[in-house]
Amino acid sequence: MSTQLTAGFTDPARDGARAFRQVLDAMAHPGRIATLDGLQAPAPASPAAAAILLTLVDSTTPLYLAGAHDCAGLRDWVGFHTGAPLVGPSEATFALGTWDALGPLSAYAQGNAEYPDRSATLIVELDDLRTGGAILTGPGIETEAQLSLPDLPALTANAARFPLGLDFLFTCGHRLAALPRSTRLRAC
Amino acid sequence: MYVAVKGGERAIGNAHDWLAEARRGDPSVPDLALAQIREQLALAVDRVMAEGSLYDPDLAALALKQARGDTIEAVFLIRAFRTTLPRFGTSHPVDTGQMQIIRRISATYKDAPGGQILGPTFDYTHRLLDFGLADGDTVPQAPEAPASHSAVPHILSHLGAEGLMQPEHAPEACGADDVPDLTRTPLEFPAARPLRLQALTRGDEGFLLSLAYSTQRGYGRNHAFVGELRIGHVRVAAHLPELGFDVEFAEIQVTECESVNQFQGSKTQPAQFTRGYGLVFGQSERKAISMALVDRALRAQELGEDMSDAPAQDAEFVLSHCDNIQSSGFLEHIKLPHYVDFQAELELIRKLRREACAMQEAAE
Amino acid sequence: MSAYNFAYLDEATKRMLRRAILKAVAIPGYQVPFSSREMPMPYGWGTGGVQVTAACLVPEDTLKVIDQGADDTTNAVSIRKFFERVADVAVTGQTAEASIIQTRHRIPETPLTEGQILVFQVPIPEPLRFLEPRETETRVMHALEDYGLMQVRLYEDIARHGEIARAYAYPVRVEGRYIMDPSPIPKFDNPKLDNSHALQLFGAGREGRIYALPPYTRVESLDFEDYPFTATKAAGQACALCGSTSSYLDEVITDDAGGRMFVCSDTDYCASRVAAQSQEDAA
Repeated sequence: MSTQLTAGFTDPARDGARAFRQVLDAMAHPGRIATLDGLQAPAPASPAAAAILLTLVDSTTPLYLAGAHDCAGLRDWVGFHTGAPLVGPSEATFALGTWDALGPLSAYAQGNAEYPDRSATLIVELDDLRTGGAILTGPGIETEAQLSLPDLPALTANAARFPLGLDFLFTCGHRLAALPRSTRLRAC
Repeated sequence: MYVAVKGGERAIGNAHDWLAEARRGDPSVPDLALAQIREQLALAVDRVMAEGSLYDPDLAALALKQARGDTIEAVFLIRAFRTTLPRFGTSHPVDTGQMQIIRRISATYKDAPGGQILGPTFDYTHRLLDFGLADGDTVPQAPEAPASHSAVPHILSHLGAEGLMQPEHAPEACGADDVPDLTRTPLEFPAARPLRLQALTRGDEGFLLSLAYSTQRGYGRNHAFVGELRIGHVRVAAHLPELGFDVEFAEIQVTECESVNQFQGSKTQPAQFTRGYGLVFGQSERKAISMALVDRALRAQELGEDMSDAPAQDAEFVLSHCDNIQSSGFLEHIKLPHYVDFQAELELIRKLRREACAMQEAAE
Repeated sequence: MSAYNFAYLDEATKRMLRRAILKAVAIPGYQVPFSSREMPMPYGWGTGGVQVTAACLVPEDTLKVIDQGADDTTNAVSIRKFFERVADVAVTGQTAEASIIQTRHRIPETPLTEGQILVFQVPIPEPLRFLEPRETETRVMHALEDYGLMQVRLYEDIARHGEIARAYAYPVRVEGRYIMDPSPIPKFDNPKLDNSHALQLFGAGREGRIYALPPYTRVESLDFEDYPFTATKAAGQACALCGSTSSYLDEVITDDAGGRMFVCSDTDYCASRVAAQSQEDAA
């Protein structure tokens, strides 16, 4: 291994459970910002993205590391802690990278009419994640929510494919927000 | 005066204490040792291993003891234990051609290389109660022949050599990691043959027996000969990547049945027999033969046979209902409280009757 | 209980369940297949709910388990004890105190609040199953949004009985897309599914399906314009213990001469009303 590996969860069962509840809370309330604490990840992955990987990814879920995230340090860390096979976008169950590096959404599995769940989940690292920007409505949102989304036209097109489409986890430092395909979007 | 039903916890505790006492029975009768169950109720142990999907005679004996001899309850105990076990890897396929045989018969040939070996079978016993057993009779010594260590070829391989038996092709993806696992991936239809066989080998013996019987009586008929039935021990080996070589880690007893079924052929393809296959943990020939017949019936679509709505030919029907842990759990759950949905039904039926009566009265 | 992992299941199994739950939340009303594990209780006795609860539980949770609305029915006791033993979580009988509620056949009377998770045990997750027994067929019907068969069946009910003759497990449409089985709750509870503040998760262990209703999801009970859905319960009765006329009532036979009484099915709701009344009386 090229670099010293940073640790995973200190108590995998309990820490993993707490992290999942944050992710679940985010996914059940699109636009709501949750916090994922306490995990030192190798650069350039954010602590929140690292916690998501440890919570959801393993040897049964192919992972695409996009752009700068496809580096030796993160590859080793992912291999050691999750055992996830590293693949290209079309085979990936999960993908991690910046919005630009992740590339066109059409490269990922979108699910099919019988099994719409067989679509990728993208973990998108943002420089800025805050309440504000695009207006979100739909399941999980009482009236309206707002979230600083990277690319409204592409995400709107994704939502229009419901029940097919991708689901997104946006990360920034320790923070996390989710955008499932069920959320309807419009510009502020 | 009505009091809301309370005390569930105490009732459960008391019931379980009573169960433990009932399981032990009369304490003046000696307690059953697991070795006694393992050795003297071996076929019950085998069935628990086969349907529990875990090869461990001692654990199966324990499960039978704990379950008071209720086979399905014992299978359930084994399944619930099995699911918590870590998986180290996938073994190589066992080579039943290398089996150390204790029983081997063919209904299609009078004799064949390796011979017919009756072995320890109930066949041809007269089903007369042996009252001597009641008093702990001594067992007559069975005569012994020197063990043969040479491999005994499968009888159907002789047909294969002549081109008369349809060859089996390994599924395309057949690496160790590609072996389908019923217990780790949701069942999906159409299910390929390896997955079907996996479901059948742990399926309920009674269910498969009845289905197999139904094919014999004409529901999806495909007349079967027992080409070969063999029982014996096979070695289980796996490749250990850490060591770089294969390691043999177990020897297990299995029962294998290959059936020879009606032939297939067309103007372009000369006629060939087809095969049904059964492989079961332990000594369980009723199950192995049943499995072979049902496997063959489930190939109806693949072989372009007339699909006559026979249950045994319907993979979704067979695979969705063959597991006795699923079926017994769901069947028995109807004894749980259903006050709420029953009450809803009660109100509905009263309302429908009220309305119907009112309309009748209005009409009169 | 150090011999077992926190919340019983191994971490790989929990990850598998958690992925399925997230997809279920992302596609409200759609049944996500998952590879159900053999649990130490029988299929049909809540294994789906138990697996979903186990995948969601954190040590800080307060768990409530109800069966038929009651905390003290035997299977509820058994499941609650299981989680006390393998997850060491706090348990409660009070709806308002609970962070996760596992239920069979009821939605509590006390309105659920934001942050709560309601986990339903589901026997037959497929709402179309009794019209079409084949999974291969029903899956295509959902894919094509081809729900004509359901409409026909409900209309046949009206033709024969004058109304839709479904008292429980009354099918719903989620966000105008998937038809969903709400589990065998009485149709009295159906309106509580709609626009709930809580996250509702559904687990069917034997059938290997997980589905979900995120909070604030539009859930409509199927009906016709001229035969609108009505949530019904015992007509004109009040609870013999707390006097409630708005809660769902169980009927209890009191003698062999046709005597009967009605009591709340939700024991927490009933007990808290009785307690409040006796406090008032004392004051």
